[in-house]
Amino acid sequence: MKLFEITTGDISVDKVVARLNDPAIGAVVTFVGVVRGETDGREVRCLEYEAYPEMAEETLRQIGEEIRARWETIREVTIVHRVGRLEIGETAVVIALSAAHRPEMFDALHYAIDRLKEIVPIWKKEVWADGEEWMSEHPHRLP
Amino acid sequence: MEIKVKFFAAPKEALGTGKIKLELPPGSTVEDMIDLLKERHPVLEAYVRFISVAVNRAYVGMQTELHDGDEVACLPPVGGG
Repeated sequence: MKLFEITTGDISVDKVVARLNDPAIGAVVTFVGVVRGETDGREVRCLEYEAYPEMAEETLRQIGEEIRARWETIREVTIVHRVGRLEIGETAVVIALSAAHRPEMFDALHYAIDRLKEIVPIWKKEVWADGEEWMSEHPHRLP
Repeated sequence: MEIKVKFFAAPKEALGTGKIKLELPPGSTVEDMIDLLKERHPVLEAYVRFISVAVNRAYVGMQTELHDGDEVACLPPVGGG
């Protein structure tokens, strides 16, 4: 079972959380990214996600390592991102973190989604009634 | 030496393919590869200033030297989540 995965199929939040099963944990926090039907007042018909899958899984794993190095209380991290054509309301990404106790979990979760949007080679095309465009919150060159 | 170059998203659509092979002189850098790509495929000109490059699945700088058999990915600004 992969903790860091790019998939073309439906994502079940319960099944992602189940990857963290461990008697030592007392809390799990999750972020579920779903496809929104509008951007800046413009109606979105669907999203098309594309990834460089091998590198995307490696960079997701890197984010997990960064989190566990920065917040020692975080026990495990799992991130699953879907690619392909997604309809409004479908789940695009699930991030779940586990720990014995809740402090720091929300900061770590926030870091995970910000970092994902910054470095993971996944692209999102918004498809509207009258056109389409590849979108990014970080339109600059890395590193 | 020969390298494999991968493209994604907008530049992939502009180019019409996600994968090409490129012959480069030994000692060539990422920047040299970008210059050659622009010359061979002028359609990429609009994208290259925003492209990050990964060699064998790790981000690298423009002065990184390439080696025979490298998998070089041209990555436009990412947008997951």
